[in-house]
Formats: sequence, C-alpha cells, structure tokens
Amino acid sequence: MDAHRTIERAARDSYGRLLAFLAARSRDVAAAEDALADAFRAALETWPRTGVPEKPEAWLLTAARRRAIDAGRHARVHAEAVPTLLAVADEAQDLASADMMFPDERLKLMFVCAHPAIDAAARTPLMLQTVLGLDAARIASAFLVQPAAMGQRLTRAKAKIRDAGMAFELPQPKDLPPRLHAVLEAIYAAYGSGWDDVAGADPRRKGLALEAIDLGRLLLQLMPGEPEVQGLLALMLHCEARRDGRRTPAGDYVPLSEQDAARWSRAMIVEAEQLLMAAEKGGRIGRFQLEAAIQSAHAQRAVTGHTDWEAIALLYEGLVRLAPTIGALVGRAAAVAEARGAATGWELLNAIPADATRSYQPYWALAAHLLKRMQRLPEAEEAYNRAIGLCEDPGMREFLMRRAGQVP
Amino acid sequence: MNYSLLFYLSPEEFEARKDPKKREAFWKGFLPYMQALKDAGIVVAGAGLEAPGAARTVRLRDGQRLVQDGPFADTKEQLGGFFIIDVPDLDTALDWAARYPAGPGGLVEVRPNLPPVS
Repeated sequence: MDAHRTIERAARDSYGRLLAFLAARSRDVAAAEDALADAFRAALETWPRTGVPEKPEAWLLTAARRRAIDAGRHARVHAEAVPTLLAVADEAQDLASADMMFPDERLKLMFVCAHPAIDAAARTPLMLQTVLGLDAARIASAFLVQPAAMGQRLTRAKAKIRDAGMAFELPQPKDLPPRLHAVLEAIYAAYGSGWDDVAGADPRRKGLALEAIDLGRLLLQLMPGEPEVQGLLALMLHCEARRDGRRTPAGDYVPLSEQDAARWSRAMIVEAEQLLMAAEKGGRIGRFQLEAAIQSAHAQRAVTGHTDWEAIALLYEGLVRLAPTIGALVGRAAAVAEARGAATGWELLNAIPADATRSYQPYWALAAHLLKRMQRLPEAEEAYNRAIGLCEDPGMREFLMRRAGQVP
Repeated sequence: MNYSLLFYLSPEEFEARKDPKKREAFWKGFLPYMQALKDAGIVVAGAGLEAPGAARTVRLRDGQRLVQDGPFADTKEQLGGFFIIDVPDLDTALDWAARYPAGPGGLVEVRPNLPPVS
C-alpha cells in the first residue's frame, strides 16, 4: 500500500470514529457530518505533508470546532442540533486529548446504516459516506445514478435516522443475525463482484472494491471471530486476488477457467484461506462462507493445476438451499455443467423462471456457452446475442462476440 | 414512466453506419442491444436518424419560414437515434443506457418524458 493510501485510510478511520461518536450522541448524522466536513478536507490536505498526527481525533476535533464556531456555519446546521453537537464535541475532545480510550462507535453506526427502516438502496451508500467519508458524487458514479439523486437519497436516510430518533446500539443477540446480514449485504454490494465463475464482473462497482474490503476489515476488527464476517472478507479477497488475471495485458476479458493462475495475488489468497479456516472453527455455516468456499475451490487450481468442479457444484447446492438468488442458481448450473456435462447443467438453467432471467446477462452468457457445447447452434447464437445486448462492459462484449464467432 | 434514451454519435460512427465495409462492425454491437430492449418488453417507440447532413432546420421569422441546411446545434456528436422506454424508475433507465455499446465519443442522454397532455 502506498503512503498516500495509508494516510487516506488513517484520515478515514479517524473520520469514521469521530462521526460515529458525534452521531451516536446527537443522533443527527447530517449535523455531525457538517461539523466534520472541513476538518476532514483539511486532514487530507495536511497529513500527506506533515504525516499523521499522534492524536488524529484530537487534531480533527480542533479543526472541526474552529469551523463550527463560525456563525455562518451554524445556519447550515440544524439550529437545535448545535448546542448538543458542541457539547458532544467538547466531550470528545476531552477524551481524545487525554490518554483515555476513545470509544469506537463505528459498529453501531454500521448497524444504523443497515437498519430495516432505511431504504435498502440507501444502506450501502450511507455506510460508504459515513464510515469511510466518501463523497456522494463518487458513490453516485459507482452506483450509476446522478449525484443529485444520490445526495437526496442520503439526505432522506439521515433525516429518517434523526426524526425517528433511531438508537445507536448493537442489536440484541436474537436480532443479530438478520441485522448483521444487512450490514454484510451492504458491504458486498459495494464490492459487487463474485461473478467471475460465470461471466462478467459488474464493471460499475469495481471503483469501490478496495473501499468495500476496507469496510470488511473494519467490521472484522469490530466483531472478531464472527464467521460470516470472516467469510465475507475471504470472499472479497479471493475475488480481488484475481483482478489482474481477469484481463490480458491488452485489456481483453479472460474467463476464470482460462486465467493464468500465476497472475493471481498469492498474498490475498493466503489471507482469504486463513480467514476461511478461522470461520469454519466458528461452526456456523452461512451464505458468505459458502461463497468464499466456492472461490477457495477455484483458487486451488493455482496449486493443483485443475479445478474440482464436483466440489464446487456441491458447494453451490448448499448455497442455493441457503440463499436461492438468481446468481447462485446460475452459478450452480455452470458448475454442474462442468462436473456432469452440459445437458445436465442446461436442465438446471432451463428450470429458472423466465421472469428472473429476461434481462440477467450472466444467465444468457451461460445459456449460450452450454447450447454451443450441445451443438444447438441456432439457439446458441440467439443466446449469445441476448448476452451481448445486455452487456455493459466492452471487454466482455468483445469476448462474447469472439465466442459467438462474430469476430475472429 | 417513459424515458427517452437519446444516442449521440460521432461523425465517424455516422459514416460507419452506412459504409459497406464498416456497417457490419457497427451493427453487430447495436442489434443485440436493440433486441435486448425489445425482449425486455419496455420499448414504446424508437428510430434511427439519418446523419446530420440530411437535417433541415426550420425557423419562423416575422411569419416567414426560414429553412437552413444542417442540424440546429453545431456540435461534433449528433443525435443518431432514440428509444422511448417504459421502465419503473430512473435507475432502471440508466441501467439500460449503460448497456448501449457506445463507440469512441458516443454517448447516451437519458431524459424523462413529460406525461401525456390531457
């Protein structure tokens, strides 16, 4: 990791900690953000020159307070929030300046962001913005919406947190699994990959991949030993390990089965494997551990030279039982086709309801591939065209055109 | 809700659409996209437009009809075609715009259509 990214991460870490602290006490995320906005900007400008200060939180609070006192700023912050916020900021500054444990409320903030009352489409962006301090424009471009629309979505979510007086607390043990799942889903949505065994990583989201891994690491730090958190981080690291292998040096798309395993990141694979082993010790299997286990089975090719498709098919079987998403159903059909023949895979693929697959690109890419293998060429061509028409990524489009025999 | 997807093409793309040697390369990306839109059952209307050289711009000045050769706006990329699609929301419309196989310089504008005047 380069020095700039280290500093950026330290700044974001501090930002997230402070925002969580201020918001947990004032329950007003927007007001807390407003108070910290300039301080964070100043940190990103100053720290690369001066290095990360010894007490980053104290540095940021001093910078934030200086701005918060400006009368002009108060008009932008909700008036009733100002006294609370200043009092909380003072409390935080006392804690940060003294050598006391500065309480880390980021986990509570993550659970609030993924609260059932928050619009599902807003959860991931909200987490990226509040915990990592990413700006709305960057998040909007990764999610392919207009920055203004993203800004509104985030504003509405924060208003909801404030007006509903949502509690910043950890869920009760009985409520934990579904709430944790929403947090994991939100992080995975930011990573947005996992497609590489079928076709097409979602090109829109790749800009946030490293941030998603950061969020995963942070979550693990806050909930050490939680198997699904370890599973999610292992899954993301396995996918990320293949980033370079997914394209030729000329930029052409390479499917997983044809990737040169020597171009995969050994360090990330090792880390992912360790996480997955630790997760297994937890004795509670879950969706993300299964998805990570599938990717782990693919990664074995780097060592053994071949892919155990039967094992992958079985893992998908388990995944489909736990979480029968369209992605898992298509993935299972792909693995079964490799393990037990194209016709068997095709039967599974064909059984997926047409409503779910009409505009789902990986389904058509796999259908084309299997139909071609079964020598059903006119149908294969139709499916290739469908997959090509639904493509967003030019590299993938070219790849499918080559497969379809439309270009040399 | 109806949205218009407006496809802007570079002069090279306008040329490629008609050039016997380059036609195929141009259409092989676009035809599957068109088909995918139709298969999704969301197309209300659509048309490809002739190159801007074929455009006439009509103005009325003091009751006089003024006809000028060429398109209204003198920009490099010009409107080359459009689809009106009926989708639930802007995000879905943007998803479809992202699937358009734009050539270099090409782009898609997405605009909500006004509701019908009753």
